[in-house]
Amino acid sequence: MKPRTNNKRLPLQRDHALHLLKEMLRIRRLEEKCAELYTATKIRGFLHLYIGEEAVAVGAMEALQPEDAIVATYREHGHALARGVSAESIMAEMYGKVEGCSRGRGGSMHLFDAATRFYGGNAIVGGGLPLAVGLALADKLAGRARVTACFFGEGAVAEGEFHESMNLAALWNLPVLFCCENNLYAMGTALGRSESETDLCLKATSFEMPAWPVDGMDVLAVEAATQRAVLAVRSGGGPHFLEYRTYRFRAHSMFDPELYREKQEVEEWKKRDPIVKFTELLQRQELLHTDDLAQMEKEVADEIAKAVDFAEAGSWEPVEELTRYVYSERAPHGSE
Amino acid sequence: MFTRRGRPMAANSKMVKLTYREAVRAAIREALVRDERVFLMGEDVGRYGGCFAVSKGLLDEFGPERIRDTPLSESAFVGAGVGAAMGGARPIVEIMTVNFSLLALDQIVNNAATILHMSGGQFNIPLVIRMTTGAGRQLAAQHSHSLEGWYAHIPGIKVLTPATLEDARGMLWTALEDPDPVLIFEHGSLYNVEGELAEDAGPVEITKAAIRRQGKDISLITYGGTLSKTLQAAEELAQDGIDAEVVDLRALRPLDTATFVASVNHTHRVVIIDEGWRTGSISAEIMARIMENAFYELDAPVARVCSEEVPMPYAKHLEDAATPQVPGIVAAARRVVTGHE
Repeated sequence: MKPRTNNKRLPLQRDHALHLLKEMLRIRRLEEKCAELYTATKIRGFLHLYIGEEAVAVGAMEALQPEDAIVATYREHGHALARGVSAESIMAEMYGKVEGCSRGRGGSMHLFDAATRFYGGNAIVGGGLPLAVGLALADKLAGRARVTACFFGEGAVAEGEFHESMNLAALWNLPVLFCCENNLYAMGTALGRSESETDLCLKATSFEMPAWPVDGMDVLAVEAATQRAVLAVRSGGGPHFLEYRTYRFRAHSMFDPELYREKQEVEEWKKRDPIVKFTELLQRQELLHTDDLAQMEKEVADEIAKAVDFAEAGSWEPVEELTRYVYSERAPHGSE
Repeated sequence: MFTRRGRPMAANSKMVKLTYREAVRAAIREALVRDERVFLMGEDVGRYGGCFAVSKGLLDEFGPERIRDTPLSESAFVGAGVGAAMGGARPIVEIMTVNFSLLALDQIVNNAATILHMSGGQFNIPLVIRMTTGAGRQLAAQHSHSLEGWYAHIPGIKVLTPATLEDARGMLWTALEDPDPVLIFEHGSLYNVEGELAEDAGPVEITKAAIRRQGKDISLITYGGTLSKTLQAAEELAQDGIDAEVVDLRALRPLDTATFVASVNHTHRVVIIDEGWRTGSISAEIMARIMENAFYELDAPVARVCSEEVPMPYAKHLEDAATPQVPGIVAAARRVVTGHE
């Protein structure tokens, strides 16, 4: 299939527009707070910020249903939050507290949440793709019309697991939506320095998989494209591949001195900040009223403050529970 | 459902003749019949009938949705097994040989073994992975290694080594009922072994070692493909008046320390027979546990018969020389009992 751009605008309702804006703001402000808390040594380990890419997670999650599954990467705070994992349990996880969504065992890179079918931050690049294929296979075998959305960066396309999984999903016509977030750098390695073929959609179409690029800085474009793809996947159209073209404003992790890209390039991309651009659009369309933004910022700030309080007040998992859940505690299924 | 030693309770029913291969096939077939969530996937499990003919005939009976041929993509189809297990299915994933499983190591070690703990107990992985292991068929250095001891290093998975028809028949269902990932290593030299099994043989428990021969002079501790060699060695030793006890570990993780330590307490002498390489092996772990639990019971240093530390050679005489054989086991046991050859 020929790659197509998809910039069709849905009829934009004020409530929905404000919701999208607020979701992006929640991610932005949560992560700014995370960076601050990292500097204050409240959060440790690796911390990979999503700032600049918020439109992708927010727009994509809008297109998915509660029964669908999400597989994400180690840069997944935004996906978890947009999916409905609470800011409190995310923050507590980053603090390493037992109230965290993974009981403090996973940290920033491994947010898991059964209630929202959030199958984790996977910190092996490409390692989540086979899982998504399997989740979709289970749905297909059970005759359930569910979609598994698998997020990964463009760096993953260099992994064998990407090619194996794309092939398997297409071969078996499985309901997987491959969500490639192309932020141009695999840690510090630019796409052109790691791939002989830099057209990512072309890679997908080589597996006979419908694929198209999306402006990942535009939340409406992301939402529309993802809705279209999800509809096709859910109705038995087999796996689809979306390339969200986006950009990470911050360093790869808190240890990254950013020697591999020009400051000018970052500044150019910041002009396309998904939150700023969407705010301007709403103002132009007179969907954003005078006090809306301030009100929204206040609500988000309150939510983040509560999340930090929750994490601060949280407790450490007792060391006696260290070996809990290496194996399941419940009896095997069907045991007599 | 089964006795402590892993014998089916209905062992007194009619006996039938079959091969190890047929016992594994019967186990897979039973699982497919009993639970509609169960499916088998792997390379050439369908039309070809299985690389070692284990799944022959199952495609016709259960169809391509449940007997699923995969491309040569070990990482993707093993990972798909992990995902499908999380999604409510009960996959049996077949990997042709343990050497090929290295292509799926990311999914086994980084996902299957970690996700339950890393997610704070939210997502368990009820997955069974079967694979062939071991030497003895002149398949050289990329089809013949014994890496099950390696896998036993990893918390979060269980490692089974069925050495008998009973276990080949019975371990699979129990493994499928387990809420966590179970790896089953079938030694390639066993598939053609023929024996008798109760017609209604069924599930066996999978956490206990078994005493396959009782004796009082020395404990020979082994598992998998070297069990029959060890039993033969025990018969030869008996002719010399050495009464050997043979312990079949059955599972390498969890390792049933209590059973082999009890045997050591009884015989005070030990040889461990392990087709894995000596360095950093499961035999080394067993020795360590004997030191920790039965040091003062020993009348002689613990000895080992392991594979030579070489990539497995093709030529028959070299392959034989590289792996544990009956004369070597007998000699090692004699040295431990008598202090000389």
